[in-house]
Amino acid sequence: MSPEDQSPVTRGAKFVGVLVALRAAARAVRGRAPGSPPPAPESDVDPSRRTVPANPRMEALVGVLLVAAAAFGFAFTVIYIVASANTQLLGIAMGGALCLLAVACIVAGKFVVPQETHVEERGPLLDEEQTEEVVTMVGEGGEGISRRALLVGAGGVAGVAVLTASAAPLASLGPTLNPLHQTPWARGVRLVDDQGRPFRAGDIHIGTFYTALPEGKDPESFGAGVLVVRLPAEFIQLPAARRDWAPDGILAYSKICPHAGCAISLYRYPTYAPTSQVPAFTCPCHYSTFLPGEGGRLVFGPAGRALPQLPLVVDGEGHLRAAAGFHEDIGPSWWGVHRAQS
Amino acid sequence: MNLIDRYAQRRFLRASRAAEQRVGLAGGIKWALRYVFPDHWSFLLGEIALYSFIVLVGTGIFLTLYYIPSDSLVIYHGSYPLLQGEQMSEAYRSVLNLSLSVPAGLLFRQVHHWAANVFIASIVLHLVRIFFTGAYRKPRDFNYFIGLTMLMLAILEGFAGYSLADDLLSGMGLAIAYSVAMSIPFVGAQLASLVWGGPFPGNSTFWPRLEIVHVLLIPAALAVLITLHLAMIMRQHHSQFPGPGRRERNVVGTPMWPAYALRSIGLLLAVAGVLFLLGGLVQINPIWQWGPFHPYLSENGAQPDWYIGWLIGALRLMPNWELVIAGRTVIPNPFWGGAAFPLFVFTVMFFWPALERRVTGDIRRHDLLERPRDRPMRTAVGAAFLSWVVIVFAVGSTDRIFYRLGVSYTTQIHVWRAGIWVLPLVVFFVTLSACRSLQRSGSHPLRAWQGNVVRRSADGRLEVLSDSPDRVVPPATEPPVGTVPGREFES
Ligand code: FES
Repeated sequence: MSPEDQSPVTRGAKFVGVLVALRAAARAVRGRAPGSPPPAPESDVDPSRRTVPANPRMEALVGVLLVAAAAFGFAFTVIYIVASANTQLLGIAMGGALCLLAVACIVAGKFVVPQETHVEERGPLLDEEQTEEVVTMVGEGGEGISRRALLVGAGGVAGVAVLTASAAPLASLGPTLNPLHQTPWARGVRLVDDQGRPFRAGDIHIGTFYTALPEGKDPESFGAGVLVVRLPAEFIQLPAARRDWAPDGILAYSKICPHAGCAISLYRYPTYAPTSQVPAFTCPCHYSTFLPGEGGRLVFGPAGRALPQLPLVVDGEGHLRAAAGFHEDIGPSWWGVHRAQS
Repeated sequence: MNLIDRYAQRRFLRASRAAEQRVGLAGGIKWALRYVFPDHWSFLLGEIALYSFIVLVGTGIFLTLYYIPSDSLVIYHGSYPLLQGEQMSEAYRSVLNLSLSVPAGLLFRQVHHWAANVFIASIVLHLVRIFFTGAYRKPRDFNYFIGLTMLMLAILEGFAGYSLADDLLSGMGLAIAYSVAMSIPFVGAQLASLVWGGPFPGNSTFWPRLEIVHVLLIPAALAVLITLHLAMIMRQHHSQFPGPGRRERNVVGTPMWPAYALRSIGLLLAVAGVLFLLGGLVQINPIWQWGPFHPYLSENGAQPDWYIGWLIGALRLMPNWELVIAGRTVIPNPFWGGAAFPLFVFTVMFFWPALERRVTGDIRRHDLLERPRDRPMRTAVGAAFLSWVVIVFAVGSTDRIFYRLGVSYTTQIHVWRAGIWVLPLVVFFVTLSACRSLQRSGSHPLRAWQGNVVRRSADGRLEVLSDSPDRVVPPATEPPVGTVPGREFES
């Protein structure tokens, strides 16, 4: 508006008037948009009230409750001193004291102190003027700057650079991924039990399973544990490439479920041929079920791969040894997991 | 006022003035004392969560003073005879000692564990209340997002907590968590190796990491978010149900001082009291029975804490799909149930307010809550979605059902793989019609009944009494004017 204008006030007022009308119209349209639910019912009753109970009997009750709470509280300390191993008594004493105190507070809050229903108006959250002022004030901080784009751009780049630099050392938390392909098993490693005693072929009986670990290697490493079973010939149908992986019908499989890494610890063996199913390992976490007689094939459950098999040999003294390491990765699947050739 | 009272009042005034000269907060305190809380039992769920958090912090401080985050192998020579001479991690031994040798140690540990279960349960119930009463609408959508974030953090926190014990059960849980991390397409292995410091079970830096996450990082984040959550509530005031004198632009309820403060302190004490009774009397997670974890051992019939149940269920229900392209395992199986499923559930919940705004075109501010029946579509969609998640949760205990009732596990899984899609549809339609009939009858969902109370007069005529339920023709709260029941979402 130019200062020469004859009626700046009138014009300004008109301008504002048009704005207000536009907004009102917009609001009305939006408010009556089809499908827009109408407001919840409002009520104009005045619910305000205040009553003073003046209730000596309730006061007495609160007093009694407080004394009882005190008794339980003291009891806790006494029990702690004389019978600190008695978790039940400690719990009753502390829980009792707190619960009695709670009841005392609630009784006092409902029946002793003044009861009031109060109405408070909610102010608007959005204050147009203030909001505009904030925006203006922030904007004014950049007054007189001509190379705004340069500064904002360079600032952004600097910010990203510094953030990247401070996040990069996170990588030093973890090592490389190579160990994911390694297990302690290799050609010639003996199978031992959790006390370190080597397994003989003759120790492995039909109808149960054994947990074996690699001799002289870290038993806590993920790939260490293997399942060992002996199966009668009629249950063994290995792929051609694995014909000699099971000397004397003894088979070994990784104990780590290829679904989500739990140790497999359930073994089903047919007890009555006409109705039973073939021997199978089952994982107790999500019940993936694998057939040891068929190279660890999955027959039920969520695992995406077969159970990895460890080739065995029996050495001259009758001990079980790995004929080679695993031919695929053990444990859960991931982007770079080496799957069995099938 | 008697002499003693007057003396006390004068002392109190003097002390207050001394404080005011230094902090100058009387105005704010006055505002806080008059702050109004609308009364409804369902508003206490959030408070229960808050108070469980306080109990968690208190008992947790006690526990950290005894915990040793170390995977060094030690031989047990403590007071529990059945584990004598067992090889175990120092972490597990420290929790055993805390439970069996430290005076009151077991009490605090069990209270802590119960409090964690109650904490997450009350958050979930609070979320259900928020959803079905439309309390997430503007201006409370920000706070709803904060709440959802806290729920995610709480689940993570609980999982980290029971993993710290390094017993057999928690070790299996960690193995699964590791596998889920590994299963994230492309970056999973890097991520898991970063967190665990190498292949599972990780190197010895993993334990201090897990501890610091559990005792500092997540609790600090939760504390900040709780503060924001409460500050936002105080700025906006609580929402309220419609009722006498209640309007969109006011809030009717009990002022903070004195009645509400006393009742709320009472609730805090009650929550703490019940948790101590549970911790003292009801055994939870007896880790000495599970034994130490070794990667080659596992336990049968293992069940995690309840809030992990939906993830176990999802992992169990999923068919054995794994996406392999050119020898690369792009999507390993645990990703579906362990990562994609919870991500989907939370994404839906995060986007719901925007979605509803889009569908209804309602962008106004709302401070009055809605009864579930008055928004049949929202209620039905919510109930169907909830039932979908609850079924997955229930599938997490199919092995217990097999064990207890003998229903074949495989049959159950096959049935639920179909049921998971059918049952929510049924729930949807049943809820929709239930809402509409409640809207028509205006009766209470649990106390609803049909009929008239009548009196027979001396000459044998029947007279319908005025307080007879079906006589009350306009229901206490009518469906909003202009709403065709069940049509609110149509344009
Ligand atoms: S970990 Fe074995 S089935 Fe999931």
